[in-house]
Amino acid sequence: MSDLTTAFTTALGLIATLNPQLVEIVALSLIVSLTAACIAALIGLPLGAALAVTRFPGRRAVIVVMNALMGLPPVVVGLLVYLMLTNQGPLGSFQLLYTPTAMIIAQTILITPIIAALARQTIEDLDGEYDEQLRAFGLTTIGRMQTLLYEGRMRLTTAFLAGFGRAIAEVGAIIIVGGNINHVTRTMTTAIALETSRGEFALALALGLILLALALGINALLTSLQPAPNAAQRFGARL
Amino acid sequence: MQRASNSTPQAPMPKSHGATSVLPVAGKGLIVTRSGRIILDAIDLALGTKPRTTIILGPNGAGKSVLIRVLCGLLAPDGGTVTWGGTAPDRTRANKIGFVFQKPVLLRRSARANIEYALAVTGTPKSAQRDLASDALRQAGLAHLSETDARVLSSGEQQRLSLARAISVQPDILVLDEPAANLDPASTAAIEAVLGGIRAAGTPIVLITHDLGQARRLADEVVFLHKGRIKERTRAAEFFTRPKSPEAQAYIHGEIVL
Repeated sequence: MSDLTTAFTTALGLIATLNPQLVEIVALSLIVSLTAACIAALIGLPLGAALAVTRFPGRRAVIVVMNALMGLPPVVVGLLVYLMLTNQGPLGSFQLLYTPTAMIIAQTILITPIIAALARQTIEDLDGEYDEQLRAFGLTTIGRMQTLLYEGRMRLTTAFLAGFGRAIAEVGAIIIVGGNINHVTRTMTTAIALETSRGEFALALALGLILLALALGINALLTSLQPAPNAAQRFGARL
Repeated sequence: MQRASNSTPQAPMPKSHGATSVLPVAGKGLIVTRSGRIILDAIDLALGTKPRTTIILGPNGAGKSVLIRVLCGLLAPDGGTVTWGGTAPDRTRANKIGFVFQKPVLLRRSARANIEYALAVTGTPKSAQRDLASDALRQAGLAHLSETDARVLSSGEQQRLSLARAISVQPDILVLDEPAANLDPASTAAIEAVLGGIRAAGTPIVLITHDLGQARRLADEVVFLHKGRIKERTRAAEFFTRPKSPEAQAYIHGEIVL
């Protein structure tokens, strides 16, 4: 018990003093996951919008596959990216294995389906609401997608945050392709795994507390971005 | 306060508004069926041939809303052809028909930005959009609400904004599907006042309504629909005093028309 108390006290001390190692790990984690979430959004939002507003043979099958990919096992993604980036792999010449870029690639693959699937559902709901009006405007398919993406901006932000939340908390893929190298590819989750296995709980606890705070913050933001019920929104604004 | 036009993106894919006129908006042999039920039964109708107000009347299920949606290119008929200005409808001319829906569909942005969006779609230069939007808002009596989020306006204000947006682009014809349904008398009067101005400016108006008082106030001519067929199309004064069909007679006397 005293060990745990000591570890907890030390962890709080690391956070309070902005321990350089801690800051470095948190910063790398944020850079990797934010970059992955931004790239995934750039791919996933238009992809989701396109699936929402277009009709083509096999569309439902594509949606089913995309929804299924939301539950991609991180270690499988890590393994596939590893096989692609390893020296013998098709992208081995780029020498990306065990770099933050490799981790960004893995996380992007992991969360693009999440953002795309959530965007598809959001845009499809909006399309049902706006359909006749947008056709009365005479918009092209691209114009319709642009308009709906802008109209759904608040709900799409939640899709982005959901993707970021999944990325920042993920360990399976990045530990395979990043290698958990100190000062290079060590992130919060991989560091927690390492420190725990070494019995060094202070840093692991400090990083765990920051991860929890991030999860809490993201959820708070997600909740605040949920649209208010129509009536409440209307009367709240009018009264 | 920051101008809404500076904080919201313009409408995508602007296109020329100088395309050929859509008038007359015409349908020939229009047939629409749903689940084996005939909604439109070989209807021939041309609208917008003269600058007048055409009221489409008929009991629920007569096919009024379906008819104007087919004519405006929002719904594909199962049979027959639609022409705009003598040629097949095309997306690039769609916004020359100002369509106001029973339930306004407004974008999640300010009242002004809603109008500026519609103007951008028609290819109106950005420099002219603000003034045109201001004119439309003033015409609809909404100038004081120009920077208000459109989605928090009252029902009547939202419908007036929808009307302002439709007229801001100077359409060839204005089509309204029960715009005053569920509105209070003051809001209805406000909408009718705007319509009066549009009619005076020479824009043909097509209006679906169940409000016979409103029909009497606004109509130059009446098209009466029953069971997917046009029972009569006649001058308003004649329709309300000497309706030809038994169904129209029953309708204007407030009887249930089956």
